[in-house]
Amino acid sequence: MTTRRDFIRASAVGAAASAAGIAVPASFAETATTAAPADVKWSKAPCRFCGTGCGVQVAVQAGRVVATHGDADAEVNRGLNCVKGYFLSKIMYGTDRLTTPLLRKKDGQFSKDGDFEPVSWDEAFDVMAAQFKRVLKAKGGTGIGMAGSGQWTVWEGYAANKLMKAGFRSNHIDPNARHCMASAVTGFMRTFGMDEPMGCYDDFEAADAFVLWGSNMAEMHPILWTRVTDRRLSHDHVKVAVLSTFEHRSFDLADIPIIFKPQTDLAILNYIANHIIQSGKVNEDFVRKHVSFKRGNDDIGYGLRPDNPLELKARNAKDAGGSTPIDFDAFKEFVEPYTLDYAAELSGVEKGFLKHLAELYADPKVKVMSLWTMGFNQHTRGTWANNMVYNIHLLTGKIATPGNSPFSLTGQPSACGTAREVGTFSHRLPADLVVTNPEHRKHAEEIWKLPDGLIVDKVGYHIVEQNRMLKDGKLNAYWVMANNNMQAAANLGNEGYPGYRNPDNFIVVSDPYPTVTAQAADLILPTAMWVEKEGAYGNAERRTQFWHQLVKAPGEARSDLWQLMEFSKRFTTDECWPAELLAANPAYKGKTLFEVLYRNGKVDRFAPGEVEAGYANDEAAAFGFYPQKGLFEEYAEFGRGHGHDLAPFDEYHKARGLRWPVVNGKETRWRYKEGTDPYVKPGSDWQFYGNKDGRAVIWALPYEPPAESPDTDYDLWLATGRVLEHWHSGSMTMRVPELYKAFPSAVVFMNPDDAKARGLKRGDEVKVISRRGEMRSRVETRGRNRVPSGLVFVPWFDAAQLINKTTLDATCPISKQTDFKKCAVKVVMA
Amino acid sequence: MRGLLIRALLPLVAAASLAACGSKHEETPRKAPSAPVVITNAGQQIDAIRRGVPIDKEASPLPMARVENFDRVRPVNYEMQPPTIPHAIDNYQLTVNTNRCMLCHTRSNAKKFQAPPVSDAHYLTRDGKVLEEISSRRYFCVQCHVVQTDAEPLVANRFEGLNTTLAKEEKQ
Repeated sequence: MTTRRDFIRASAVGAAASAAGIAVPASFAETATTAAPADVKWSKAPCRFCGTGCGVQVAVQAGRVVATHGDADAEVNRGLNCVKGYFLSKIMYGTDRLTTPLLRKKDGQFSKDGDFEPVSWDEAFDVMAAQFKRVLKAKGGTGIGMAGSGQWTVWEGYAANKLMKAGFRSNHIDPNARHCMASAVTGFMRTFGMDEPMGCYDDFEAADAFVLWGSNMAEMHPILWTRVTDRRLSHDHVKVAVLSTFEHRSFDLADIPIIFKPQTDLAILNYIANHIIQSGKVNEDFVRKHVSFKRGNDDIGYGLRPDNPLELKARNAKDAGGSTPIDFDAFKEFVEPYTLDYAAELSGVEKGFLKHLAELYADPKVKVMSLWTMGFNQHTRGTWANNMVYNIHLLTGKIATPGNSPFSLTGQPSACGTAREVGTFSHRLPADLVVTNPEHRKHAEEIWKLPDGLIVDKVGYHIVEQNRMLKDGKLNAYWVMANNNMQAAANLGNEGYPGYRNPDNFIVVSDPYPTVTAQAADLILPTAMWVEKEGAYGNAERRTQFWHQLVKAPGEARSDLWQLMEFSKRFTTDECWPAELLAANPAYKGKTLFEVLYRNGKVDRFAPGEVEAGYANDEAAAFGFYPQKGLFEEYAEFGRGHGHDLAPFDEYHKARGLRWPVVNGKETRWRYKEGTDPYVKPGSDWQFYGNKDGRAVIWALPYEPPAESPDTDYDLWLATGRVLEHWHSGSMTMRVPELYKAFPSAVVFMNPDDAKARGLKRGDEVKVISRRGEMRSRVETRGRNRVPSGLVFVPWFDAAQLINKTTLDATCPISKQTDFKKCAVKVVMA
Repeated sequence: MRGLLIRALLPLVAAASLAACGSKHEETPRKAPSAPVVITNAGQQIDAIRRGVPIDKEASPLPMARVENFDRVRPVNYEMQPPTIPHAIDNYQLTVNTNRCMLCHTRSNAKKFQAPPVSDAHYLTRDGKVLEEISSRRYFCVQCHVVQTDAEPLVANRFEGLNTTLAKEEKQ
C-alpha cells in the first residue's frame, strides 16, 4: 500500500484542485441523528479561557463532564471553538487537582519553613484568621492585601471587593488583569471618561480593513480571527494590516505586514495622525462637534521603584497622568515632526507599508477596525498607545458605527465583567466609581448599607506594588485567588519570591491546581472551578454570560465565593473597623463581617429554591440563601440608570449573553451613537457622555524610548507572550494531554543568524540572562514565529521555565501595567 | 444546529479509521526522560510540572520533543472534537493564497491521498448556509487541529469522554 507521503511525491501541484462543484450529501438536511443516552444532559456555559467569550455546550453524565461542543446558538462563535475550547472538557480532571487544604507545618504547628500537610478547612481557616488578626491588630487593614483575577466570576470579584474594601478596610486588592488590560482601562478613561469598547464583535462583519496593533489574534483570539479571516477571504476589497515586533501566525493573512522596532509604534501612530491632517482628511465636522484636545505630561518615568535612577531623573514621574488643554492647531503642530521619513527611520519599516497603512485610516470610504491586546497594553507607554489609536479614529470620525471600531481585546474571560465592571482594582469601585471620590464612596456605602466614611479614601497597592510591599514587609497577610502571579509577574527572583517567603508574611493561595504561586505559599486552599459552581463572566464586547453549576468539585474543594463568605464569619466589625466609626454607628457593633456584608437583607434576599430546577448550587445549600443572585442584584444597582445597565439576573440564564447597557430589555451594540445607544441625547448624533462635555479627547503625546534597550552586555530584545495551545500560565492547559503534547515546553524563538553567531543550533540548551536573573531553555529557529535579528521571543506558559526571572518590572506609569514585551537579555550556551 | 454539526462529523470519523490502515511507522517513539508524575491523594506531589525543582532554582529543560509522524489517526474523545494531526506539518504553507493542508484533505483529493476529508461542518458559513467549498471561517486549520509531539505528559488526566462512557455502557 502506498503511503500518504508517496502520494504527495507522485502528485503534481495541479492536483490541488479546488473542491468546487462537489455535491452536498443528501443526508445533510436529514433530521435523524445518533441517539444521545438519556442520562446525558447538555447545558450552556462560556468557555473558561480567553476574553473572546465563546459559548460552549457542556455534556454531563453521572456527575462528570464528558464532552464540550462549540455552541451553535452562541452569537460570538456560532458553533466554533479553538483547539483549547475543543479540549475544554478536560481541564478539571488533571490528577493533581487539589482536594484538601494544605498548610506548611512543623511538629504539628503552622511553620513558615515547614512542609505542606493536608488539614481540614476548620484548621486552615483557624490559622489563616489568626494570622490576619495578628496583622489587623498591628497595622489595621493596610497590612492586608489580595491579588484577584479577571477569571473570578462576577459575584466572586464583587464579594471579594466588599470583603477587602469594606470588611477589612483595605484597598490593597488588585486583579492579575492589571498585567493584562490596565492600560486599556486608563486609555478609555482618559479619552472617553468611561471604560470599555464602544463597538462590538458585529464590527467584524462590517469593516473594510483590520489593523492589528500588537495582537496575534490567530493564536490568542482564534475565534475572533475566524471572523476576520471570513471577512477578508470572502470580500476582495478587505485589507488586513498586522503590526508586531516579530512575525507570527497572524501575518499569514496580512496584506500589509509590518515589523517595527520595539516601542516605535508610538511614532507610527503619530505619523498616521500627521498624515490624516496633512492630506486634508480630517473629518472636521465631527472633530468640531465631538472632540476636545489635551497635551499629556511627558517624561513620566517607567513605574519602577521610586528610588530607581530612571524615576529620579523623570520630570513628571509624580504626575504621569497630568495634562493641559490645547486646541486642534496645537495638536497639528505637535504631530508635525512625525513625518513619513522620521517614522520610517525610527521604526525600521518600509515607507510604502507605512503610507499604505496611513491611507487605510485616512480614506473616508474605508471602515477600519483597529485591534490590540498586549502589544499596546504591556507597554511602558501603554496608556499613551491606547489614547493615540483613538486619536486617529477620532480625527476621521471612524468610531461607534458598524465597522468603524477601535477595539481593545481582552485576555481573560472576565477581565471586563469582573476586574473592570465590578471594580476590583486598588483604585476602583463598581461601575467606574473610584475610591478617591467622596461622592463615589458614599454611593457605594449606601448601596452596601454600610456606615458613612467606612471606605478608605486612598488608592491601594496595585498588583506590582503588592509584590514590592510584601518584600518590604509593609503587606503581611496576603490572599491570592484565581491567579498565578508568582509565574506571571515580572522580575520574579527579586520582586516576587522574596515577599512570599518573607518570615513576616502569611501567604494564602486559592487554586484548583498546585501552581508555582501555590508552591510559594504558606496555605493552599483547594478551589472549585468553572462549571463546578454557578458563574458569570463578561467578555470583551460588554457581553455578560451566565452558567449553572453542572458538577460537584472534587474532594473538599470549594468555590472562591464560599471561601470568601465563610472566612468573613471569623471576623467581627470590632476587630476590623475603628472604634469611633462603630460608636457613631452602634447598630454595626459586635456583628460579623459575614452579617454586615452578606446577611445585609439584600445579598441574602433570594431563597435557595430560586435556583433553576435541575441544577445544584453548593453555595446556596451551604448558606441557606442564593448568594449569586443576591450579590448580582445588589451589584447591578451601581450601574442601572448610569450607562452600565444590567438585565435582571434570570434573563442571563436564558440568553447567550447580553451586551450592556441593557435598557428596556434591549442590549446595546454601538455606544455613544444616536440610534444605537439609548443614552445618547436625541439630535446630538454622537455623544461621548462619559465626559461631562460629551466630547472625546484627542491626546498630544510624544514618542519616548523604552525603560531598557539592548546594549553590548545584553544584546537582545526579549519579548514574552503566549502560544495557541496554552492559556496564560498553563495551570489548566498543561494538564490536558493533547494540548501539552502539542506544545510541551517553552522555547527561545531566535533568528537563525543570531543563533549561528552564538554557535547555537536548534534544540541547544541555553541560558537566557538579564540583569535580574536567568532561566534555562532551548533554542528554536523554526516553527510558528519568525523573529528578526536582535530579538528573541519566549512564551511564559511553562512553569518549568520561568522566563519572568529575567523580565523587568517596569510599568506604564499611568496604568501600572508591566511591559512584558521589552527588556534586554543575552543568550548563551548552557 | 448542534445536532446538524454532530451528524456532519460522522463521515470524518469513518474516513479517519480507513486512513489509519494506510499508515506506516517511520520513526520509533522516543521515551521521555521521566515518567508521568501522578499526585498522591495525600497531596504530597505538588510540583509535577517543575519536576521537583524549587522555584528559585533552574532545571535543565527537557529535550526538545519531536512531532509524531506516523500517519496513524488517533481516536477522539467525543464527536466534534477536532482530530489531532498525525504527521509533521513543517514548512506547510498556510497563507491567503495557499493552503497546503487542503491539498490532501479537500473532499475531491482525500481519497487519492488516503487522507480523511474535512467534515461537512467545514462547508457551513457563519449563518449556517451550505457552501460548495470550505468555509473561509475554517480556513486556518491549525487553530483547531494541532500536531502531537512525543513528550510524555507530566500530569495525567482522568477525563473520560462521551465515546468512552458509551463504549463502557455497551459492554455492560
